[in-house]
Amino acid sequence: MKIHEYQARELLADAGVPVPTGHMVQSVDEAATVAGRLFDEGASMIVIKAQVHAGGRGKAGFVKLVKSRNEARDAAKFMLSNKMVSPQTGPDGLEVKRLLLADAVDIDKEFYLAVTVDRANNTATMIASAEGGVEIEKVAEENPDAILREPLHPLLGLQPYQARKLAFDLGFKGKQVNQAVKCMLNLAELFRTSDASLAEINPLVLTPATDAHPDGQVLAIDAKFNFDDNAMFRQKRIAAMFDPTEENPAELRANKFGLSYVALDGNIGCLVNGAGLAMSTMDIIKLHGGEPANFLDVGGSATEEAVREAFEIILEDDKVKGVLVNIFGGIMQCDKIARGIVGAAKEIGFKVPLVVRLEGTNVELAREILEDAKADIDMMQSATDLTDAASKVCAAVTG
Amino acid sequence: MSILIDGNTKVICQGITGSAGAFHTKGCIDYGTKMVGGVTPGKGGQKDDNGLPIFDIVADAVQETGANATMIFVPPPFAGDAILEAAADGVEVICAITEGVPVQDMIRVKAALRDYPDVHLIGPNCPGVITPGRKTSGEGASAIFADGCKIGIMPGYIHMAKDDAPTGKAVGIISRSGTLTYEAVWQTSQLGIGQSTCVGIGGDPVKGLNFIELLSMFEKDKATDGVVMIGEIGGSDETEAGAWIKKHMSKPVVAFIAGRTAPKGKRMGHAGAIIGGADDTADAKMKSLRANGVTVAESPADIGASMAEALGVAFAATA
Repeated sequence: MKIHEYQARELLADAGVPVPTGHMVQSVDEAATVAGRLFDEGASMIVIKAQVHAGGRGKAGFVKLVKSRNEARDAAKFMLSNKMVSPQTGPDGLEVKRLLLADAVDIDKEFYLAVTVDRANNTATMIASAEGGVEIEKVAEENPDAILREPLHPLLGLQPYQARKLAFDLGFKGKQVNQAVKCMLNLAELFRTSDASLAEINPLVLTPATDAHPDGQVLAIDAKFNFDDNAMFRQKRIAAMFDPTEENPAELRANKFGLSYVALDGNIGCLVNGAGLAMSTMDIIKLHGGEPANFLDVGGSATEEAVREAFEIILEDDKVKGVLVNIFGGIMQCDKIARGIVGAAKEIGFKVPLVVRLEGTNVELAREILEDAKADIDMMQSATDLTDAASKVCAAVTG
Repeated sequence: MSILIDGNTKVICQGITGSAGAFHTKGCIDYGTKMVGGVTPGKGGQKDDNGLPIFDIVADAVQETGANATMIFVPPPFAGDAILEAAADGVEVICAITEGVPVQDMIRVKAALRDYPDVHLIGPNCPGVITPGRKTSGEGASAIFADGCKIGIMPGYIHMAKDDAPTGKAVGIISRSGTLTYEAVWQTSQLGIGQSTCVGIGGDPVKGLNFIELLSMFEKDKATDGVVMIGEIGGSDETEAGAWIKKHMSKPVVAFIAGRTAPKGKRMGHAGAIIGGADDTADAKMKSLRANGVTVAESPADIGASMAEALGVAFAATA
């Protein structure tokens, strides 16, 4: 599960990671009012940032620095009335419903700081770099030595000596060191206690020396968090931050029925049981020259109703010109799928070719059910194995 | 011969009174597994529908039945605790079927298991482990098997014991995916190749036994003639396994990696199946495995045929 930047800043502030005060607004008027107040309180410049679950905001013009209330109004109007298009959003772009307004901060230096699950070491690892403010993937590729890593002890978490080591290696000096150490320890603890799968501050900044802060201040400016969906049962506060309007509606609907669905760009709909088999089915379609329209795992305990729902979701996608059903029954009984197909044929109707490959638990019964219904489902063909299924469905959509 | 479990393994089910636990306990008994009891706190002293004794705690179950393996179906919030209880009571093979265990729980469990070097955890979020039994009668799904051991949710009848294999060969199967494992089992059985033991290691990022530990067991197992390894996008386990195979493995290994068409950054069903960087794509893993001398099947339909070729056995399908 993902959350917005303004929510991540809230979590960081509560966990003791210093964050400049920010305000979330949902309308142009509200943006102007808040900006006016910030300027009245002495801000010389404020930053306005679109709140969407996608990166590439700056280049798309959805992060703006403004110097007056009127400039703030114009920026807010632009962001709330135009869709944001970036390499991460797809060509249709995303509607922006929320904005974050915050005092702009003078920056001396930018860093990267994150904690993520480190599967190779069976723990979480803190990742830090003195090359902050840019994409960390790019740093990893071009200058891997600039990325520092400290694994969290699986039971004790990040230890102060590890944070000190990172802080000195990143080049912090004087009183900055303890400020950075505090950020690191608090971020690591927040990661553990909130069941995060990614907790990223980019950039973590050092502000220039001032009379009030002769060593500068270490502040978190932008943050991105992902959480472990499986742990949301014990994370009520985080779970409440879920914003359904940021999700693909078909994916959300699928989740309600226990289906795992990811929309893709091709024209062959897939209905499969098991994540690995579902991915492999997409792969074999591609090997036969086709393009999968989706990933769909009906899981092991889907009901006939869920199977019907799965067909509805797949067929609602206008791009879909053919459907491949690939089931290897284990816990899933093939006859349940067969009944789901018959039910879907009655209620929705198949206007595109359907290729069915069934194997495993109760396959004989399932074949009988489909054989009996064959006269009513004229778009259906059966396949003997994976290769047969893939070549049949690919031929059906091109022919 | 086999790895981890055989016809003498005594198995309990933690969460035996839940619907999944009850259903699959029956399935394991039907396959011929020596199921000896179950655990559900608060229901100790009762018997399940199969007449198996139910205990409140694992310690009692182990003491009364001599169980040395467990199949865990307890709900995700309690699964980590169930694993630790089994380990503390000396159960050597712990098979956690439960899907949806929080990663933070598995990080702690994994660390705590270092205190029990003889304990082998399989899963969580996996189909389980099976050492196929010999077929004594029947065909297809109604066939009867003997001397095997199935701990988990896989359809037993698609498997083939080495003694029943027309080619006289058997392979070990290690897989991150459930149904794709069945696909590999089915394809090898169709080609007359049996399986020594099949292990579903599960689709989670932090889990029990991994490829290398199991490859090492299969390398030592006399009944195993080759290994099928089924991986997917996400993580670097397959890449590390490839390097290990080149150094230590004398038996042929055939690999398949699912998810060549998966888009970056999208979780494909399994919590662990998400592409993070350039190294954990299917293509990167396939390339690295090939560079280490592993046969990589291009298509999921070619897993069995690739194994047959690697073993040098005839191609004729038995069906």
